[in-house]
Amino acid sequence: MASITQTVSVRRQRFSPSSILRSVLGSQESVLLLALILLIVWVGSENRQFLATRNMVNVFAGNAYIAIAALGMTMVIITGNIDISVGSLMVTLSMLSGAISVYDGYPSWVSTDLTIALAWVLPVIVGALVGAIIGFIVTYLRIPAIVVTLGFLSILKGLLIIVSGGDRITGMPKGYALAQIRPLEDVSMPIFPAFFQTLTMPVFFMVILTILVALWMRYSPTGRALYAVGGNAEAARLSGISRHRVVMTAFILNGVFVGIAAVMNATQFSVIQVTLPPIELTIITATVVGGVSILGGTGTVVGAMLAAIFLNTITKALVFLDISPFWTRAIQGMLILITVLADLYRRHRQSA
Amino acid sequence: MQPPILELNHITKTFPGVTALDDVHFDIRPGEVHALLGENGAGKSTLIKVASGVYEPDSGEIIVEGQPVRFGSPRDAQAHGIATIYQELLLYPELSVAENIFMGHAPRTRLGAIDWATMRSRSLEILASLNIDDMDVTRKVGSLTVGNRQRVEIAKALSMNARVLIMDEPTAAITESDVERLFSIIELLKQRGVGIVYISHRLNEVFDIGDRVTVLRDGRYIATEPVDQMTEDKLVSMMVGRTIDNLFPKLDAPIGKVVLEVRNLTRKRVAHDVSFQLREGEIVGMAGLVGSGRSEIAQVIFGFTPAHAGSILIDGREVRITTPGQAMRYGIAYLPEDRGTQGLIRQMDLRANTSITVLRALSRATFINRHKETQLAYSTIEQLSIRAYGPQQLVGKLSGGNQQKVVVGKWLATRPRVLIVDEPTRGIDVGAKAEIHRLMSELAQQGMAILMISSEMPEILGMSDRILVMREGRLVAEFSRAEATQENIGLAMMGDIGNNGKSVNSQLDGVEWQA
Repeated sequence: MASITQTVSVRRQRFSPSSILRSVLGSQESVLLLALILLIVWVGSENRQFLATRNMVNVFAGNAYIAIAALGMTMVIITGNIDISVGSLMVTLSMLSGAISVYDGYPSWVSTDLTIALAWVLPVIVGALVGAIIGFIVTYLRIPAIVVTLGFLSILKGLLIIVSGGDRITGMPKGYALAQIRPLEDVSMPIFPAFFQTLTMPVFFMVILTILVALWMRYSPTGRALYAVGGNAEAARLSGISRHRVVMTAFILNGVFVGIAAVMNATQFSVIQVTLPPIELTIITATVVGGVSILGGTGTVVGAMLAAIFLNTITKALVFLDISPFWTRAIQGMLILITVLADLYRRHRQSA
Repeated sequence: MQPPILELNHITKTFPGVTALDDVHFDIRPGEVHALLGENGAGKSTLIKVASGVYEPDSGEIIVEGQPVRFGSPRDAQAHGIATIYQELLLYPELSVAENIFMGHAPRTRLGAIDWATMRSRSLEILASLNIDDMDVTRKVGSLTVGNRQRVEIAKALSMNARVLIMDEPTAAITESDVERLFSIIELLKQRGVGIVYISHRLNEVFDIGDRVTVLRDGRYIATEPVDQMTEDKLVSMMVGRTIDNLFPKLDAPIGKVVLEVRNLTRKRVAHDVSFQLREGEIVGMAGLVGSGRSEIAQVIFGFTPAHAGSILIDGREVRITTPGQAMRYGIAYLPEDRGTQGLIRQMDLRANTSITVLRALSRATFINRHKETQLAYSTIEQLSIRAYGPQQLVGKLSGGNQQKVVVGKWLATRPRVLIVDEPTRGIDVGAKAEIHRLMSELAQQGMAILMISSEMPEILGMSDRILVMREGRLVAEFSRAEATQENIGLAMMGDIGNNGKSVNSQLDGVEWQA
């Protein structure tokens, strides 16, 4: 091809302090990390109690189940879909987990340990199945995800109330409380030993799963295909990528992560009940504030995790700043708007 | 000679990583057509956006009738009499012709309400002054043809007393008869002292109506010359910075055995009973009007819209292709017609766009080998002379010709045996066009079988070993390179003229006759 390569001009990118600053402020992840640190330092300077070990652990652990569910939501939104049934699914799976653990009609050979293991694993499998059904309806029956999951939201909520009768579940066996385990309790860490020793299981699940999923999405063919389908479905299909398979994968994995989040949620306290706060809204907020474009095609799970922590930090900070907790919702709403506007602004600059 | 209405001096404009304009000059005098030429990415679009107030230059001055001005917004430029007609017309399809013409500056009654009667009569006056007397100003713009919509845009500019009219590729999407009409309107505007900035890829138009021509290359100012002192060759070499000796560098290639054969391929409503063979080393051109089933047959072969009947044979063995993935496994590649909606993923960088067809091959276990992926990107950049700053460049920021090369690159990465290209050089500049043609020639020489769908007659005639003609979903004629002429291909494309009452001209509207 030597004949046509007379004008090869591969210009390298130049690096300057301003371009580095631009690229730092240009990624949602670094903006969030910066905002999170500033927020903690500021609230800490207003009220020293905020920095107490117990509170800091709560800041990081409180929304860990939201961050885990946001992993799946990130994939679903990146493919250009959405799932608004995750809140109902999560509560359903939490109840399922609790119900399995307290059920007393097992044959005698079923040990308590096995019951607990089932209570931890079965919700994840059921979550994957529900995800597969939703994915199937969205792809093969070509019904928009928002409609399908709106249907599932009602179905799951209804079933849940019928089956549980609105009762709470208590008296889970000893050893069931996965979320209360402190993996580093007996390990002496060189820095902040008290903090790390108090950290509970959900934080470890959150961090490890986020890292694995982030690597998988960035460096695996299927992960890349998620972005391709969300970025330009027709071009992706003409490049040999099966949209149906990719969207199915996203919904199934979404079910898996909702299942894990549900187990974390169920094992956190000694009571499981059918409260239905709009968890799905918090999950979608974390995803969008984390920089996942609602139009599909861009965003990362790291951003979603940071955003989940950030949202929880705000809620906790309000208490320490003596501001009414009712502000939480309003602040979340503002964050969504700010993020979407920032996203549009970045897109505008990129296309200029 | 009259002093210029608008002058742009020493204009520099940079975007992150790119200098779009570097010390560029341009001026426009009353009553002249000043053509602005350059390859894609040369800076024409940026320059007109500076002139029309969309961008503010980093440095340089804008002078309107001797007074330095600053355009903070397109509104400022309009207030100084500078109007722009973009390629994609910016009209409101649900509003009437008159409303569109007076959008933003409608005549008012004394009570402040819109004065509909005046608006309609003034719209009619303006249109009449352009010798347009066949337009109903109460009709919705969405129901008009592209040619008519363009006339509405011109009328809109005149309603704002434009003295400079910038036209960005005005003939790209309109029919032959509309082009003639546009030229006569331009003539009228010249007589009224309006200065016209004319951007087009078609050099013959520049010679037809241009008075002066300015050439840009890679964001730099090359020269401004009177059109009558230029030749086509000279202009092309100014644009590309070297002489292009041959736009259609067809090389002789040894024709080998049949690689792809289709028999009686049928897909309901779009293609019927299509049979042909494609041999190693051969470039087969496929001509036909838009909608004659050319792209459709390509998409059937590629499994995008699978066939309802008929068979596809690779190396003489019948295969079943129902998805693009299967077609790719048989060594078929398809360069789609529209690189924007079918070829590129704009949010992704050049590297991810070129590797997307070969992700599995680049992966070990579940992970993509980043090193190999980056190498693929660099070798694509080099092999196809893509002007990009590197593998990390977002493809949305490349010029049209370079975007097309990225899409070509992602298909070459699959090392196909059969390459189907659909309008491979549409909307790209001469330099990139010649490069893509040469590449196709070289690929054929290496034994690739190429099916080339094109609406450009010179491209069909210049590049093909054999020419197939489609009409109304059927394959109606085949010519060897020696037999083919513009006339017999054209005739085959249109078939029985007069049978359905259409004139030759209206049937030709879908074709780009550039020769």
